[in-house]
Amino acid sequence: MKAFLMHRDRDFDLKAAAPANEAALRKDLELDTLFVAMANGDPLILDVVSKAVLTGAANDLATIAYRQDALRDCLNDPQTVRRLYGLAEEAFQRQKKVWRWLRDYPSSTLDSAVSMMAIFVDVLKRVRALTDQNAARFKSDAFSTLFATLARELSDDYFAVVDAHLKRLRFRDGVLISAALGTGLKGTRYILRRPVKRRGDWFARLFKRRSRYTLYLAPRDDAGARAMAELRDRGLALAADALSKSADHVLNFLHMLQTELAFYIGCLNLHDRLLALGAPVAFPTATASGLPRFSCEELYDVCLALSMNRRPVGNDVVADGKILIVATGANQGGKTTFLRSVGLAQLAMQCGMFVAAERFQANLVGGVFTHFRREEDATMRSGKFDEELSRMNDIVEVLAPRSLVLFNESFAATNEREGSEIARQIVSALLERAHKIVFVSHQFAFAHGFFERGSALALFLRADRLEDGRRTFKLIEGEPLETSFGEDVYREVFARTEDAKTPPTLARSASA
Amino acid sequence: MLSLPESEAASGGAQAGAAREPALPTQTFRSVLDLSPEDEAAVETPETPPCFVDLNLDQIVASIIAGKNEYGLAPFFYRPLKTRAALAYRQDVMRDLENDARLDAINEFAASLRSARGRVAQAGKLYYQEQKEAWLLDAAALYRQAVVRLLSRLQASKPTSAGLAGFLAYLDEYVGSPAFRRLSEDVATVAEKLAAVRYNLLIGAGFVTVSACADEPDYGAEIQADFEKFKQGAAADHDFKFSDTVQMNHIEAGVLARVALLHPDAFAELHAFVARHADFVDPTVDRFDREIQFYVAYVAHMRRIAAAGVRFCYPSVSATSKTIGATECYDVALAGRSLDHRLPIVTNDFHLDGRERILVVSGPNQGGKTTFARTFGQLHYLAALGCPVPAASADLYLFDRLFTHFEREEDIRNLRGKLHDDLSRLRDSLSQATPNSIIILNEVFNSTSLRDAVFLCNRVLTRIVELDAICVCVTFIDELATLSATTVSMASNVRPDNLAERTFKITRRPPDGLAYALSIAEKYRLAYAQLRERLGS
Repeated sequence: MKAFLMHRDRDFDLKAAAPANEAALRKDLELDTLFVAMANGDPLILDVVSKAVLTGAANDLATIAYRQDALRDCLNDPQTVRRLYGLAEEAFQRQKKVWRWLRDYPSSTLDSAVSMMAIFVDVLKRVRALTDQNAARFKSDAFSTLFATLARELSDDYFAVVDAHLKRLRFRDGVLISAALGTGLKGTRYILRRPVKRRGDWFARLFKRRSRYTLYLAPRDDAGARAMAELRDRGLALAADALSKSADHVLNFLHMLQTELAFYIGCLNLHDRLLALGAPVAFPTATASGLPRFSCEELYDVCLALSMNRRPVGNDVVADGKILIVATGANQGGKTTFLRSVGLAQLAMQCGMFVAAERFQANLVGGVFTHFRREEDATMRSGKFDEELSRMNDIVEVLAPRSLVLFNESFAATNEREGSEIARQIVSALLERAHKIVFVSHQFAFAHGFFERGSALALFLRADRLEDGRRTFKLIEGEPLETSFGEDVYREVFARTEDAKTPPTLARSASA
Repeated sequence: MLSLPESEAASGGAQAGAAREPALPTQTFRSVLDLSPEDEAAVETPETPPCFVDLNLDQIVASIIAGKNEYGLAPFFYRPLKTRAALAYRQDVMRDLENDARLDAINEFAASLRSARGRVAQAGKLYYQEQKEAWLLDAAALYRQAVVRLLSRLQASKPTSAGLAGFLAYLDEYVGSPAFRRLSEDVATVAEKLAAVRYNLLIGAGFVTVSACADEPDYGAEIQADFEKFKQGAAADHDFKFSDTVQMNHIEAGVLARVALLHPDAFAELHAFVARHADFVDPTVDRFDREIQFYVAYVAHMRRIAAAGVRFCYPSVSATSKTIGATECYDVALAGRSLDHRLPIVTNDFHLDGRERILVVSGPNQGGKTTFARTFGQLHYLAALGCPVPAASADLYLFDRLFTHFEREEDIRNLRGKLHDDLSRLRDSLSQATPNSIIILNEVFNSTSLRDAVFLCNRVLTRIVELDAICVCVTFIDELATLSATTVSMASNVRPDNLAERTFKITRRPPDGLAYALSIAEKYRLAYAQLRERLGS
């Protein structure tokens, strides 16, 4: 019995390998904030959503559609999904409490197995009841198949069979085993048997040759009692093994169900948080990877929203047919935030989630890669520029075909001419090999160079700035300018210190 | 010998006698060791030959038969053979067994018979009659299978020796005989019937009900099948350990008795089988199993010793020519010990040509002379048993008797009595010795004055020369080496650069005697001429 909520035809692989650039992605896109919010304290959900988001690049359009349908169902009836998850969790917690001591004794092993099975039967009956009440509301392939399976397999007849087993396993009438003669005529090949009442048994017994002989235990025969108990144990051992295995099977099934549901619960948790902030979410439209597409309305950085606890400024961008987006402009103008929101949205789309926007459409990519400036490189072993190129090399080693690469102020740790030239070369090569790039840069020579070429494949955005220097945090289409209006920031910082009449300090970071 | 313990045989004997099959095939094969009737009788009351301890043959035999106590092989080593034909017979068998396939077949057979014997012993220890009978059935089955397998494997290996070929012919006829076939059929039938027995046990509070099987469903499988649908992958096994002693407890015995009531024919057949085949082992096969171990043990011993880099060879033994010799020969007992302590094994050569009869061995103490004397004795004794000898090549003499006189430990108090005893023994030996005897003297008369020793030795050796017997005489009396034309001098050696160190090599050369002492003196410049010069004029 399978749940198949993540893939149409197979289990969700919690042990799949994470992409090679997992650490960089987590850091640069602040993924942990997202994962923790989705998990809401549940370690299984944390594992599942991390894995699902990070390995999303492998999913095809059909899988994404499959999951979006299932997610729509969940959003429509979150309570049922949460209760289903809760039942599986309950079974797991309750069976932990069954004391499994004296593992070497068949009778106590059998007792534990019977107790566990009783717990599972109880939970499964409630799963069945939940199914009966709510299955009609679920229209997606994933969930309708799941509920149909549960209804079919957990039928009344089935529960009757299981209840009969649990009753029989108390062996009120004795343990029946069959045996053959082994070495030295000792019993061997013991097999547990289920007694079958045969009609006319008493009749046959009356007229046929005598067919049963009974050995009675003498009173106070301790050794004999032990010997008989051992014989009984041989039979019980077989039952204990069979039932313990079966209990393990049920437990594994419930765990598998939980794993498949965990992703959707995580999405529900995220949805609740964003809704509370008044931030929009939308199901993205994914397109095939051949043609470059990108368009969004009110796309915002979901991690920023979660950590600021309010709805951040969103962006509207149309970049269909563009393989390069260059973002320049004022410091602290929202460029990095935009960059992150693009990466997060791509990852979310490819794992089947909704995205943090009112509308979002993009093509599938082979992978998302980030090359962000590292500020805290305290080793100072290699020059910073060296370090940047080394990291770029690492990315190229593991780059998947047709990937999305996000650059944040890369190759700036040298003079602008050199940096621009290097950037130009790297970007050109990547673009020629069918990768998509979003590049945030201060380097005028670099940005202007591409702008001059006038290619229809590039889009130029600029961080917006009002007349008086205030930022809107929105990016608008626009030609790269030679200044990034650092003056504004200077005035802002120094104006404050002059007011306070204290000697100016030059401690400031040059962030955008 | 494999058979039922006394009581059962007696009870089953009466009826079994009537039903006993006709006598065994009339092959003339009896012994793979080619034992003569006197030898056979002697094997039952074994007596260690007097030369054994002197030549360390007791140690050699002990290490050869180590681990094979059950076969009682020692007596076979106490009877040297008297004819070349018997020698050749044994050498051929030994050669046949150096073939790995054949040896393996024999070893497998021996192991099976050991197991069968084990089961018979086990049967003796058991308390319940049916159990005893079942173990005996098992023993018979093992024996039967071992015999059949040995036949096929031996046939495939095509032995050439008269001994093995003869046994093979016997075995072939035995396996084809009605008696053996009956045994095979009965074993199979009874085993099959017992294997087919099935019964049900209903174990309740204080009772066990034994009943016939009625094809009830396998409940463990049913339980698993009903939960199979939840399976996500393999689940762990829950294995429980149960005691598995051979003895039954009284509950198990009670159960078995009731099973017997349910299946009376199977158990009756078992009982009948045991009565009918009380002595299921053929005496000749049993005897072969024992005697072949003589060869097997010796081959194993050879391989152990040869691993140190020394050789064994099949000697040519003459009953007429006293031109004898050997190359690269060594003391087997010493070799065994050297192997244990990872020391090198020293080998020697010797020969007696034409009229030479007596080897006079002299030289410094602890030089290897006694070892050499023992080697000489061991070579001849082992050759007379039909075995390969510790040498690269050997031409030896088939003696009628081997006399040894080794110096016993000194006991000052007994000096006069000892000399008397020694002389008495020597007199007895010499009176029984014939020209076909071999005499080995090791430092006799050491415990008397030099003049007496010289006198006695002279006398004894003269007598031996008259006998024309082969002799080895280890002595410090150099003159004996030149006693007659039939004596040959051999001496032990020391390292030229370190005169204190022995090489343990014995070679044909004049006795050192004075020469040795002289060279020591020269080394210290104390020889007459040197000393005179040093002391000035």
